[in-house]
Amino acid sequence: MLVSFLVVYVALTTLWPLARLFAHALQPGEDGTHLGLMLTTLASRSTLRALSGTLQTSVLSVLISTLLGVALAFAVSLLKLRTRPALTFLILMPLIVPSQTMALAWIELLGAQSPILKPLGLAPPPGATNPLYSTGGIALVMGIEHMPLVFIAVRAALRALPADLVEAARILGIPASRIGRGIVLPIVMPSVLAGSLIAFTAAIGNFGVPALLGIPGRIPVLTTQIYQRLNGFGPAASGQVATLALLLALMAALAIVSRNLVTKRFAVPLPAGAPFVPRRRAPAVEVLLCLVVIALSLVPLAALAMTALLPAVGVPFGADTVSLDQFRGVLDNDAVRRAFANSLLLACVTALLCGLVSIPFAFLCIRRPNPVLKVLDTAIEVPWVVPGTVVALGMILAFLKPLPLIGVSIYGTMTILVIAYLARFLPLVLRPIAAAAQSADPALDEAARVAGAGLARRILSIFFPGVLPAAVAGAIVIVMTALNELTVSSLLWSSGNETIGVMIFALQYEGNSTAAAAVALLSTFLVTALAVIVTATGGWLPKGTLPWGE
Amino acid sequence: MPRLSLKAVTKHFERHRALDDVSFSIPDRAFLALLGPSGCGKTTLLRLIAGLELPDQGEILFDDQVMAGGHVFMPPEKRGIGMVFQSYALWPTMTVRGNVEFGLKVAGLGARERQQRIDDVLEVVGLQGLNDRRPHELSGGQRQRVALARSLAMRPKLILLDEPLANLDAHLRDAMLAEFRRIHSLTDATFVFVTHDQDEAMAVATHVAVLDRGCLQQLGTPEDLYRRPASPMVARFIGRGKTLPVRVVSAQGGRNRVMLGSEMLDLPGCAPVGEGWLCFHASDLHSVSDGGHLKTELVGQVFQNGAWLSHCLPSEIDGNVVSLPLAEQFAPGTRINLAISGGWVVERGPASHGILPADLASVT
Repeated sequence: MLVSFLVVYVALTTLWPLARLFAHALQPGEDGTHLGLMLTTLASRSTLRALSGTLQTSVLSVLISTLLGVALAFAVSLLKLRTRPALTFLILMPLIVPSQTMALAWIELLGAQSPILKPLGLAPPPGATNPLYSTGGIALVMGIEHMPLVFIAVRAALRALPADLVEAARILGIPASRIGRGIVLPIVMPSVLAGSLIAFTAAIGNFGVPALLGIPGRIPVLTTQIYQRLNGFGPAASGQVATLALLLALMAALAIVSRNLVTKRFAVPLPAGAPFVPRRRAPAVEVLLCLVVIALSLVPLAALAMTALLPAVGVPFGADTVSLDQFRGVLDNDAVRRAFANSLLLACVTALLCGLVSIPFAFLCIRRPNPVLKVLDTAIEVPWVVPGTVVALGMILAFLKPLPLIGVSIYGTMTILVIAYLARFLPLVLRPIAAAAQSADPALDEAARVAGAGLARRILSIFFPGVLPAAVAGAIVIVMTALNELTVSSLLWSSGNETIGVMIFALQYEGNSTAAAAVALLSTFLVTALAVIVTATGGWLPKGTLPWGE
Repeated sequence: MPRLSLKAVTKHFERHRALDDVSFSIPDRAFLALLGPSGCGKTTLLRLIAGLELPDQGEILFDDQVMAGGHVFMPPEKRGIGMVFQSYALWPTMTVRGNVEFGLKVAGLGARERQQRIDDVLEVVGLQGLNDRRPHELSGGQRQRVALARSLAMRPKLILLDEPLANLDAHLRDAMLAEFRRIHSLTDATFVFVTHDQDEAMAVATHVAVLDRGCLQQLGTPEDLYRRPASPMVARFIGRGKTLPVRVVSAQGGRNRVMLGSEMLDLPGCAPVGEGWLCFHASDLHSVSDGGHLKTELVGQVFQNGAWLSHCLPSEIDGNVVSLPLAEQFAPGTRINLAISGGWVVERGPASHGILPADLASVT
């Protein structure tokens, strides 16, 4: 019973939309040739331009993410730092700040009107195009945004590094730099590669950064191309864009497969041992590190905050010009208030439903594994690892037509957003629950069974209390991620159903960048406050459930 | 000239005193075992010698050069030592050859010299032909040999081994002990070896240092420890020794007259007149039908090594159970009279963990 419910759930949220996407991309062309539509789309110049845009920006951004992430992970793990907790939080901050906010912040920081660079005389001359409206600019902002993904992977590997491997080298008289390059780096190399590949999937699927930087800079990438086509031609363009979406999904799949290959093939089993504890103090490096991290994480946000405190674009920042008018203005704006309410509602409903589905799902996968569940377990990963654009397009294709039996289309309503979010964010709560369940003693369940408890009873009173902390942590991560979601909602929103991300994007697009900055800042503040509250009260959570936890 | 000397070395971890005022010196080419129950500070001592930890007080010297102490601290990479870790600490991404070669490369040796040394040490440890294996493709004993080869290749004057046999099974352990002895005799190096297993220590070491709760109890040859323990702790720790309280009535020429209950015994020992401990092993006890020095009552027997190992509780004096092998089985409660034919007397006092005079500490 439970299994068939889960099958229906996954089929509705994931399998059916993806199947529709494939069917659309593979439909015959206008002249009826087999796969004709796909071939014409692939051969068109605009597709090639978007593809090369995606590849160029992604590869460049992955290089930036990897260099930054590896350097920061090495510094944080191998040096004795007083400011380690604060540094780690700042390094991981780009994970919490949504990509559209990140892009806005950098636009404000490096633009001609920059409230920080202009007083210093470093801003571009008035009237000049923002230097970020370029391939390099997109790569830079995405590179910084995805740097924590590499950092987390490498940091985890360095934390597992047994201390005696380093000590053995020191005793042989090997200098520290040689130990780093010759011994530590090869050991963590698989994690570096894995982290880079995750950063790559994130980069090809990123919409917020190329939308805010690439559209004004006329640098098309696949995600913005899909958005613009659908916006311009409506669902009529769905066949063409389905092909583009398939391209994106294919690249993501390739990256995931290579990541699994890297972790399986190249990772060597590490001997157990007490982990390496850094003892070397490096005050000069620490100061430099703090400056770099502040420049990457806080300075752009400061520029954004200063912009938001200005009454209008172009007014110089100063004690007499600062005002809270923008905040007052956006809070009085019905559409903005609606967007906040919608996003909060969506995030909470998604977190709750995902949590409710994940608990029996994890229970069955771990205690009653069977082939059907195995397929479902893999299938639910897909909407999270493929770009959000692909998911959103699948939703449009699956739910555009009125639903059978009721005859009502959910396209253009809040429901389609809920379904898309449910599909996309389920793994964020299922993974921690499954991990917690995996480490629990199976004898607990067996003992309850022997005592005569039925399935539902056992899930409720034995399984549920054990995985509750993990479920709560996962649900919080969903709320934080969903609150600022842009990629999926940019394609599925409709008037009255705006989300915060869509709102920021629309305001910036209209040229009202001070209002956009104010909304972005409010939403970032909301998420950061949530993160701080969870961290402060998170002592009861199992170790490692919070992605930014030390 | 002593190779390795420690002078009043003390080390704290937080508020726990890991090593307390440890001093000793051992000669060049010695094979020193640091022996003691777990938590006695022996691994800390080894890591201090390696330079992986800093002493709070005291000095560590190699020959006459201060390695640590006062304001001097020589980091491990400058000490010219080799170390084999309990976990072996082989670098997992490198082959056997790569593990041995890395240190040589960093030291700036030419390709031919490196090859020569690698061939030499792999032959010494008996690992020819496994050059291209990775650590995870080797057995425990082979990994052990790679770790040793890696240290030997640098030709250090001092090699430190941290419980090198703890992760091996019993028969491999005996084989590796023989290997360590052989390799030690082939090299000019001084070996320092940490173990909690006295049989290992007695089997390979020229010198054994017994540690207990951070204090050096005794440093001497294996025979010293067995026949002439410096403290009741050493006496009980080595060779399943037993102790009984006695009163020392005279001390002369390395012999003590002691009163065990109402019996007078004349035994070797260096305790002053006063309270003392009689230290002995099962081989010093004999069951006699009449008389004897110690009246006991049988509390239990276990069949072991072809005889009944009998545990007997002294019935007329206050003392712990003593054990000896007997040929026959008796009912519990049987009276057994024991004669004592040997032993060693030590002082009993609040500071009964005295260290033997310095001349014993430099026996070669």
